[in-house]
Amino acid sequence: MKELRQIAAKLLTDGAVKVVIGWEEGPRGARAAFVTRPEDAERLIFDARCVQNLATYLSPRRRHVVGLGKAAVVAKPCDAKAIAGLIRESQVKREDVVILGVRCGGVVREPTMPASLTAETVADRCGICETREPTLYDHLIGEPQPEPPRVTRREEQIAALMQKTPQERFAFWSQQLERCIRCHACREVCPMCFCEQCVADKTRPVWIESSSHPRANFAWQMTRVMHQAGRCVDCGECERACPVGIPLNLLTRYTAQSVEKRFGHKPSDDPSIAAPIGTFRSDDSQEFIR
Amino acid sequence: MATEETKAFEPKIVAFVCNWCTYTGADLAGTSRLQMSPNVRVVRLPCTGRIDPLFLIKAFERGADGVIVSGCHPADCHYTAGNYHARRRFAVFREIADMMGVDNQRMTFSWVSASEGNKWRDVVNETTERVRNLGPFTEYQSLSRD
Repeated sequence: MKELRQIAAKLLTDGAVKVVIGWEEGPRGARAAFVTRPEDAERLIFDARCVQNLATYLSPRRRHVVGLGKAAVVAKPCDAKAIAGLIRESQVKREDVVILGVRCGGVVREPTMPASLTAETVADRCGICETREPTLYDHLIGEPQPEPPRVTRREEQIAALMQKTPQERFAFWSQQLERCIRCHACREVCPMCFCEQCVADKTRPVWIESSSHPRANFAWQMTRVMHQAGRCVDCGECERACPVGIPLNLLTRYTAQSVEKRFGHKPSDDPSIAAPIGTFRSDDSQEFIR
Repeated sequence: MATEETKAFEPKIVAFVCNWCTYTGADLAGTSRLQMSPNVRVVRLPCTGRIDPLFLIKAFERGADGVIVSGCHPADCHYTAGNYHARRRFAVFREIADMMGVDNQRMTFSWVSASEGNKWRDVVNETTERVRNLGPFTEYQSLSRD
């Protein structure tokens, strides 16, 4: 933590960056912090409550953050994957961001929880995460971390769901999506959702109805997950941001599993590796095509 | 006049086809007077690469019981690579749809060239039969009820 604060203060003092995006202590646990003065670097923290994916603030869509000037961002390994995604898709230039990579031993499910990691408190995605430190960084901070508690509850839920009939799955998602209020928090929080105009906001023609009608909610989630295929970094933010608790990570994770099985692609923090959708191989499998 | 009981279920199927291969193949099937089920409505697009998965979602929203996506065989795309992109896209989309409960049996993906009128007839007939056996897509259609 001391190391992080020192580096942040130095970057700001030297004028190398105008803002350091990290986490600070908030009234309800860890929250995003935008540090613009070297003396404020003391506010920065990093522990298992630093759940939020701060890469989302780098997208050019966040004009209020972009307006602050060149940024340094504190990044866990999964956040670094999102930054790599933004670089890969020409949203951010590598030289325009300073990445303060932190070694990570997993995070808890909510930033309001105590920082102790147990099988009950660890975030589902961390329970299967293999990455303890990012490879995309300018500074690597912190001691090597132990592996987080191994939990596979999300994978088991997906497997159980896939055991059911399509009709049963349809009923399951109908029930879940019934609660959706179409606030689009899942989109707003996502570092990889950076379109200037989202297809869900189009009115001429209307592809996805804007009301929170079950029909529209199905179309919205199917489209959102489709657009995330092979790009989702599994930071879990969509599900965490959802105000009505729809298990969105079941969809994103299942899609990631399918993409990995089919194209051997895992999200990585190497911006030079192309995403699987948008590229192709002439010998891609086509067992489903008559 | 037919009563409700005597009216057999006829599936509504929407086919999204590319202009250069499958549309021409379907045209050949027609001019060759091949007999095929009249349940398929054809939507002609420039290329399978132009077919957004949203088209399929929209078709289901508007009451389709099944969909067909068909275009040029690999290496035959008029635009060089549109069908390769479509192949990846639909490989993923059908799994997402499956996860959300849209039975993959309701979707047919095929390569039909301009000379394969017979294959088009088979694709149409097989899809119609398969969807007929599955019955109407009441789950999705019931979403539209207010």
